[in-house]
Amino acid sequence: MIPAPFSYHRPSALTDAIAILSEHGDDARVMAGGHSLIPMMKLRMADIPHLIDLQDIPNLSDISVEGSRVRMGAMVTQAQVITDQGLAHAAPLLKEAALQIADPQVRYMGTVGGNVANGDPANDMPGLMQCLDASFTLVGPNGTRAVNARAFYEAAYMTAREDEEVLTEISFDAHAAGYAYEKQKRKIGDYATAASAVLLSKDGGRCSSASIAMTNLSDTPIFSEAASTALIGTQLDDAAIKQAVSAALGDIDPTEDNRGPVAFKMHVAGVILTRAIQRAWSRA
Amino acid sequence: MNDMTPDREERKSSLKGMGSSRKRVEDARFTQGKGNYVDDIKLDGMLSGDFVRSPYAHARVVDINTEAALKVPGVLAVLTAKDLEPLGLHWMPTLAGDKQMVLADGKVLFQGQEVAFVIAKDRFAAADGIEAVEVEYEELPVLTDPFEALKSDVVLREDLDPKADGAHGPRKHHNHIFTWEAGEKDATEQVLAEADVVAEEMIYYHRTHPCPLETCGCVASMDKVNGKLTLWGTFQAPHAIRTVVSLISGIEEHNIRVISPDIGGGFGNKVGAYAGYVCSVVASIVTGQPVKWIEDRMDNLMTTAFARDYWMQGKISATKDGKITGLWCHTTADHGGFDACADPTKFPAGFMNICTGSYDIPTAYLAVDGVYTNKAPGGVAYRCSFRVTEAAYFIERMVEVLAIELNMDAAELRRINFIKKDQFPYNSALGWEYDSGDYHTAWDKALEAVNYDDLRKEQSARVAAFQRGETRKLLGIGLTHFTEIVGAGPVKNCDILGLGMFDSCEIRIHPTGSAIARLGTISQGQGHATTFAQILATEIGLPADSITIEEGDTDTAPYGLGTYGSRSTPVAGAATAMAGRKIRAKAQMIAAYLLEVHDDDVEFDVDRFVVKGAPERFKTMKDIAFASYNQAIPGLEPGLEAVSYYDPPNMTYPFGAYICVMELDVDTGEHEIRQFYALDDCGTRINPMIIEGQVHGGLTEALAIAMGQEIAYDEMGNVKTGTLMDFFLPTAWETPHYTTDHTTTPSPHHPIGAKGVGESPNVGGVPAFSNAVHDAFRAFGLRQAHMPHDHWRVWKIANDLGLHG
Amino acid sequence: MTDKLHIKLTVNGQEEEFLAEPRELLIYTLRERLNITGPHIGCETSHCGACTITMDGKSVKACTVFIGQANGADVTTIEGMGSPDALHPLQSAFKEHHGLQCGYCTPGMITRAAKLLEENPSPTEEDIRFGMSGNLCRCTGYQNIVKSILAAAAEMNAAKEAAE
Repeated sequence: MIPAPFSYHRPSALTDAIAILSEHGDDARVMAGGHSLIPMMKLRMADIPHLIDLQDIPNLSDISVEGSRVRMGAMVTQAQVITDQGLAHAAPLLKEAALQIADPQVRYMGTVGGNVANGDPANDMPGLMQCLDASFTLVGPNGTRAVNARAFYEAAYMTAREDEEVLTEISFDAHAAGYAYEKQKRKIGDYATAASAVLLSKDGGRCSSASIAMTNLSDTPIFSEAASTALIGTQLDDAAIKQAVSAALGDIDPTEDNRGPVAFKMHVAGVILTRAIQRAWSRA
Repeated sequence: MNDMTPDREERKSSLKGMGSSRKRVEDARFTQGKGNYVDDIKLDGMLSGDFVRSPYAHARVVDINTEAALKVPGVLAVLTAKDLEPLGLHWMPTLAGDKQMVLADGKVLFQGQEVAFVIAKDRFAAADGIEAVEVEYEELPVLTDPFEALKSDVVLREDLDPKADGAHGPRKHHNHIFTWEAGEKDATEQVLAEADVVAEEMIYYHRTHPCPLETCGCVASMDKVNGKLTLWGTFQAPHAIRTVVSLISGIEEHNIRVISPDIGGGFGNKVGAYAGYVCSVVASIVTGQPVKWIEDRMDNLMTTAFARDYWMQGKISATKDGKITGLWCHTTADHGGFDACADPTKFPAGFMNICTGSYDIPTAYLAVDGVYTNKAPGGVAYRCSFRVTEAAYFIERMVEVLAIELNMDAAELRRINFIKKDQFPYNSALGWEYDSGDYHTAWDKALEAVNYDDLRKEQSARVAAFQRGETRKLLGIGLTHFTEIVGAGPVKNCDILGLGMFDSCEIRIHPTGSAIARLGTISQGQGHATTFAQILATEIGLPADSITIEEGDTDTAPYGLGTYGSRSTPVAGAATAMAGRKIRAKAQMIAAYLLEVHDDDVEFDVDRFVVKGAPERFKTMKDIAFASYNQAIPGLEPGLEAVSYYDPPNMTYPFGAYICVMELDVDTGEHEIRQFYALDDCGTRINPMIIEGQVHGGLTEALAIAMGQEIAYDEMGNVKTGTLMDFFLPTAWETPHYTTDHTTTPSPHHPIGAKGVGESPNVGGVPAFSNAVHDAFRAFGLRQAHMPHDHWRVWKIANDLGLHG
Repeated sequence: MTDKLHIKLTVNGQEEEFLAEPRELLIYTLRERLNITGPHIGCETSHCGACTITMDGKSVKACTVFIGQANGADVTTIEGMGSPDALHPLQSAFKEHHGLQCGYCTPGMITRAAKLLEENPSPTEEDIRFGMSGNLCRCTGYQNIVKSILAAAAEMNAAKEAAE
């Protein structure tokens, strides 16, 4: 319950945060809402000699929708995602997913940036961002760069972010009309037993675009190109959906844990994806 | 005198006595953040103590190096078994006649076991000190399966002589603890051999944990000047703790004051003594300062009194018409590394022999074998009424299995086997005398309330629809009619460590007509301060609002055995009524004196004594109270005070009929509870609002247990469900709406006819939820699937039955 | 030893100022430093919600906030709601409808419920169960908690209407 001692920094400029990261290397970590990091520190499973609180850094909590481009600062909380009107119009998929994350208190503090940056395969936002084909802005001592969500996750807790970089913004285009985030969990507040983010568009009764990502079924989120492709051009009849599901199941690699054995997770993943596809299609 | 004039009704209702849904007096402080729980206690110079715990389930402790820990700023001392040995405190007696290590003495037997106790100036330093203690372990083979343990050469308890008897008789193997039997073995086997129909099944009630929201803890403060030890703690039995602490420490009981302040839920987790209490007391004596120990949630789940873990092999025989003729049960009981069960001494398997349940079974036999494994000690907890949860689950599952064997409706099978109302008091084949019951009335009421016949029709239609591929959701109707046994208990056969299980109430009436009553029990949320005042209000005619109820301070409360096993109302409630009647008896004499009539010429009427035949001549209890301080009455001492120590003549037998209607998703294993109807008969109902609250809470515990909660181990003895991430506690979202109902069949031997209700919903709830799951799959061939029925296990049922096509 | 932080924050309307180790969690600041023992500790993994307070207008689990994060914050606990002579409607409703038993989850429950009613003054039963899903209770089975919150909402809405 009591973490190891550490030094706490609360810089008011991004450059200062980056400077501290550069000075201390992997002895330093930035903290957004703290609701992933602090529990780990309390169990002494994470030892962070220098903790950098980002809450005073300006312009990290804004949500903007310009034209069809949505931009969210890394410090935007899940609670903000749920109540933001602009987001509700441009990207309702986010609200649907955010309502299925954790509980009300955690959503007041937990941030989108925190959820996507630490590489925890159980988090909901990474797969969602891959489905949205989002771009992450990383700022470091050597400047700013963008990395696509689909290229960001390497392994559990290992991402494309360098130790001295800070993920400051997430951006993506307003998404297709057909959307669904479907998540099976043991209880409210739990991570996914299996979850699926689906975006679909319909043109003349046929699927003209599809994006499918699976969560907590591998050591990273899985964007399934093959599953997405399997739907395009079809009328989403049973055969097409089965093919998409089969492709997605081929891309995931779940492990056994308290939620259940592999065979169970594979089966449930298929069911969840099917329901997500059907629901997204009904909205397309 | 029997007219219920409006005036009389008004007088009665203003007392807020028995039967009133009186609002709780406790709520004022709890809703304003002014509760006083153990962790709220702050004393000058108070130190913090906490444990170094073993990561291994079975290992030798080769060396403990405290050098680095002692150098951590703020750390004062580190205790190990070597430090406790000269005091004889490195081991302590358990409630089950075994002994258990306080700190690891040469080896550890379960993951999380206490190895060293770090004493520091605050909890921050203690946490750092714990990290700095270096322990060298040598791993040993781990036994997590009780059946394997009974065959294995691996010796868990090297401190016990395998050839000597255990506390409960001979031991069959070095990992065997006891064998306990009830009923008639040969007669039962005969009946089974000759029966028309026999159904046999292994019913497993998995290991789980009471997990009260407040973890266990204490503050020990040794006053060296006065030689007095004060111990605050999460104690469901404060007097018993005082006696035990005295016996093991050598400090006389009059120099020990044990206080249970507000307790944030007990559920049987806070009955026994833990290493943390002993180490805190020692630390306080050694340092001369108060020491606080508060465990973490992981400590609580991994090391404190768990619940259940009973493998119950059952055989039930019946005529082809469904009349049950015999019941046979052999239970393998997994007790963990030490037998620390909080059972009455003579009952190492608790009251498991209530497993004939609500049914008139003429011949039965029960044998229980206790086994040591590399798991945490305990077993009796979690609203179990001493293994009654296990017994009820067993019989309610066996009846369902028998119904399948007979191809009968399970509701009808129960009805034709219920003990009939006119058979009470009923002597069961396994040795209990049930006090009263009317099972048929309760059952019919329950079935009608849920439109049982319509539900079965709906279920058949659903099965057909499923088979046609129109739906992937099945409907289950979970039935339970439980009879449980509470109110331990008669001193002649119920004792905790030799302390008879009576209970007590001491009342003092003040001159101006209010009162204070102290009891030997201790509420952990059951609302005693509210309800025991109601009993008194009815018995002595003073308003409940004028009666303070106090519990938990052993310096002032009369000796009692505490609160668990739903014993407060049956035992202390009886003591309260009896003490109240002593008050009333003296009040009668005072009234007669004041009214200048003979004692027998006055009678009690709600809140006063009236002259028989002349109701305009009366004295109120308030008048009488003042008179007791004011008048010199020949033959009577001044004051108005009474005490009762009540030795119950029997246990009490609440019962109930619960029905759960559940939908199950065959593909995901998810469930949805459509309806839950709970009818409870707890005899006389003191406060209907509080009874309903108890039922809601117990049913929610049952929901958790049946549908996902477990203490699970891997083969290395690692606890897999040691945090609230994986240990399932339902939120308001997972919890359904409950419909509660009741019948009232008073207990004939209890002074106010009350039986107690706190544990019934857990006893009856688990079989109701579990039977719903089983019932949903009955049409597809399911007989028995072990709990918990979490998503993946329900999915597996469907998968094994070929329902995933 | 790490340097202590100079902290200033407002708790229940009172300004507090002190030095604290960075690793001091807000729940320890409240309970041990400021003797505000209404919020409780029930777990160490941020699940149970017994430590729930309101911080800068948000429902927050005080066990998952370092004191540095709360520097400059405005914190309200159960002790800052109502008074013995003028209880908050939730405090009366919980008593009226038996929304508590052992009382351990109650400060967090009521503090969260107050915020929930600000978010949604006329919640349905479903809204309440969802909105209270960050607060565990072992005693009540939640049914009377829901009833209490519905009753408080009705009373607060009636009072608001009467005032308008």
